[in-house]
Amino acid sequence: MSRILLEGKNLTKTFPAGKNQRVHALTDVSLKLFEGETLGLVGESGCGKSTLGRVMIRMLEPDSGEVFLLGSSLTKMPDKLFRPVRPKLQLVFQDPYASLDPRMRVRELIAEPLDTWHPEYSRETVTDRVLELMEAVGIPREYLLRYPHEFSGGQRQRIGIARALAADPRLIVCDEPVSALDVSVQNQILNLLKDLQKERNLTYLFISHDLNVVRHISGRICVMFLGMVCETGPADEVCSAPLHPYTRFLINSVPAPDPRKKTDAGALLSGEIPSPVRPPSGCRFRTRCPYATALCAEQVPPLQAVGSREIACHYPLK
Amino acid sequence: MNDNMLEIRNLCVSFPTDKGEVKAAADVSLTVPKGKIAGIVGESGCGKSVTARSVMGLIRRPGRVTAGEILLDGREILHLPEKEKCRLRGSEMSMIFQEPMTSLNPVVRVGKQVEETVLLHEQLSGTAARKRVLEMLEAVGIADPQKRYNAWPHQLSGGLRQRVMIAMAMICRPKLLIADEPTTALDVTVEAQILQLMRRLCEGGTSVLLISHNLGVIAQVCDRVSVMYAGRVVESADTDTLFDRPMHPYTRGLMRAVSSLQENGEHLDTIPGTVPDLNHLPEGCSFSPRCSLCADGCRQRMPELEEIMPGHTVRCFRPGEEAEA
Repeated sequence: MSRILLEGKNLTKTFPAGKNQRVHALTDVSLKLFEGETLGLVGESGCGKSTLGRVMIRMLEPDSGEVFLLGSSLTKMPDKLFRPVRPKLQLVFQDPYASLDPRMRVRELIAEPLDTWHPEYSRETVTDRVLELMEAVGIPREYLLRYPHEFSGGQRQRIGIARALAADPRLIVCDEPVSALDVSVQNQILNLLKDLQKERNLTYLFISHDLNVVRHISGRICVMFLGMVCETGPADEVCSAPLHPYTRFLINSVPAPDPRKKTDAGALLSGEIPSPVRPPSGCRFRTRCPYATALCAEQVPPLQAVGSREIACHYPLK
Repeated sequence: MNDNMLEIRNLCVSFPTDKGEVKAAADVSLTVPKGKIAGIVGESGCGKSVTARSVMGLIRRPGRVTAGEILLDGREILHLPEKEKCRLRGSEMSMIFQEPMTSLNPVVRVGKQVEETVLLHEQLSGTAARKRVLEMLEAVGIADPQKRYNAWPHQLSGGLRQRVMIAMAMICRPKLLIADEPTTALDVTVEAQILQLMRRLCEGGTSVLLISHNLGVIAQVCDRVSVMYAGRVVESADTDTLFDRPMHPYTRGLMRAVSSLQENGEHLDTIPGTVPDLNHLPEGCSFSPRCSLCADGCRQRMPELEEIMPGHTVRCFRPGEEAEA
């Protein structure tokens, strides 16, 4: 097993929600990322997956808990020491339309991180590096001087990936990188991410609400519900034999692209996600869970190791 | 005997732009059989929403329908006077949209918004209307309708808002419901609930035209499917046939792209290139630059939509052929 690159321990993060209330985005979440792996983070909107992604690379400060990079604390690191670490931890955003400055050309967009981290580079070196990166992500070099609006969504996402790569990162947090793309283009980007990972030994924290995408790209999956981790484990095991009831409902809800495999109405979850401002006591999933008992309301189920997996449930599925 | 609730024949819709006239829908023909769910699937910009909006008469100027016919239960509705169309909208046909938050009025209680429709179209007293609204809210699966009647839109979750929209659309028992990406903004567990509800409405006798970019959604609820690409229908068939024996190279590409995600292969199947810009459509078949079967003829002429088997139409010169390895 490769070593742990990044580890979050007992991370908690809340945001103010007015009237002395707080949104509980993350509650006591722990997460390990091994070097060279892709960890898929799935869950429905508001479950805290983006917040976790950002806390892990110190784009957000946790209220409590700590993040460790190769064993040393990122959270407690002084800004001055953190600065050289920043380029190693990069982010690719969801919306390729909003994440590129419309007034910058491709050259400037990709050169910006290079200029920041390598001020010593000459203009020629920067241009050469930009062209290399464009080739790596599949943007023809004659587009060097074009503006973002001249590109399709898929090509813009390629530019976003090139920007992240420009800093020569160890880890990239991909926050819903294909959600805004059409199916036929989505697969092109997923293939690209996989190829780049192999070439550059990258580690990905891949955030998505789409279980099919996550299952394909990830070695391990972490399922979140309302700011807490439900289940973590190898992607195939989690998807084929979920242990947490929520994981199973989530898998059953995905509409199969096959008219003969109809969704079983009895296997669907009723109700909706509770408010993260006033989350239920005990297990957060209990208000929607058909197996919940009094115990679930009283005690938060701890995340426990079961074989190669970790699961937080008082009554795991068999 | 007329078996189709909706029949669209050779519909063309265009929008003038700086770069000339853009044909958002070109020669679109499709049908929604009575009591069935028909789907339109396609990627962004393929003309699926424009087609749906034309049925409702919601194409905003300067866009306009330049040709074609739309028949609702056998009656031509495209050229009806606006007043007459207003009478149809909400009572005979209605529509729900992708983003339920922007379709609801934020400063009117949701029950009142649903009630508006029924008061507009039917002669009912206030109490009778209110009773109808409560029944309808319950029918679309809203628990505690009395309480929800007085709620403001911002107090409801996305799934509940979409249910309110469906209640509003269904309250006058329309013959046809048009649903434009009704679950795209919703989470997957809620999406599954709304899809079940659509299926139930259909079993209650409503014909549905469902628009989606998600082949999974289409496979789950539709009886018939039309695939659109760059403003045109490229293939139409009943759902089982389309998923078992797709004939158009684009449909096949989409199916392979989706199914390779399910398998554990190293590399995912893709369709090379991107969707063409409607301003600069390629000569001949719009799909030809991305098509592995493309021959000389494909770059010169647009193929016609032809029936290759009863009920299965394809717009391709080489339907069902495999690319040479």
